[in-house]
Amino acid sequence: MHEMAIAEGILDIALDYAHKNEAEHIRKIGLLLGEMTGVETEALTFCFTSLVRGTMAEGAELALKRVPLIGHCAQCGRRQPIRHYNFICPACGGGLAIVSGRELRVEYLEME
Amino acid sequence: MEIQVMQDILGKNDEVAAENQALFAAKKVFALNLLGSPGAGKTTLLEKTMAALKDELRMAVIEGDLFTTKDADRIARYGVPVIQINTSGGCHLDAPMVQSVLPRLDLDALDLVVIENVGNLVCPAEFNIGEDEKAVVLSITEGDDKPLKYPLIFKESAVVILNKVDILPYTNFNLEAATEDIGTIHPGAMVLPVSSTTEEGLSAWYQWLRQAVQKKREGYSE
Repeated sequence: MHEMAIAEGILDIALDYAHKNEAEHIRKIGLLLGEMTGVETEALTFCFTSLVRGTMAEGAELALKRVPLIGHCAQCGRRQPIRHYNFICPACGGGLAIVSGRELRVEYLEME
Repeated sequence: MEIQVMQDILGKNDEVAAENQALFAAKKVFALNLLGSPGAGKTTLLEKTMAALKDELRMAVIEGDLFTTKDADRIARYGVPVIQINTSGGCHLDAPMVQSVLPRLDLDALDLVVIENVGNLVCPAEFNIGEDEKAVVLSITEGDDKPLKYPLIFKESAVVILNKVDILPYTNFNLEAATEDIGTIHPGAMVLPVSSTTEEGLSAWYQWLRQAVQKKREGYSE
């Protein structure tokens, strides 16, 4: 249950940007969540909802966007989805380096 | 108004982890983040490691635990400096927790710091604490399906210690299949079947640690 720590990270970033932009209320927070991140989205939403009470992010929507796990083969140069966490290139047997799928990122904010 | 942010949620943790890492680098201390489920045998492995290597490597241990000092008490018996971090129910150590206790270690007089994380295969994998490497202990009784169920921690760990192999004959754990799964999740990861009880396989683990410490020393003396 590290979702509370992640919710705190999200709120810190959101409040920081809201102050900088002299916003009064945060309406929506867009998140990028990689396929290979250990985040339980229901737990995250639950933690976030209780955490933001009494802040300017109270009632803010968490818009979650999942990012697929994509790898790049150093040997044959192919870029492809990684299935079943198999990091061996199906085409040539080389190792796949992660291109995307590990994101835990605030993408955008909607404020007023 | 909508504004683009593109900021990592764990960015603050990563910044502190980088500070910890820089400190370990300056002091040429190899820092190991030791991971695994509750009961996998992390502390017992550490006890064996200290008994075998404490005259050879200057070690210290940071013990992450929810509430107790049980593990730290076990470590202290070996005369190795040990610092307890209680997370008060928190499921993982983070970089600021580690940073807060580092001033209590005399890093100039150390070669190796082992940070035993909270027993958990999920959360600690997301939080860098400034370590050089992660090692994960998976015990035979947990089942051979765990690498595919918890791929991130195996992807992140340079070494996978398959512990309690002495009881393999009494279980349906398929060592070959587990090793193969780990190899697909993390090609190049070192898989070490060991038993802390019979001490089978432990010499390979000690050798890996010796080499890691040696590399760290040399890497910064060039």
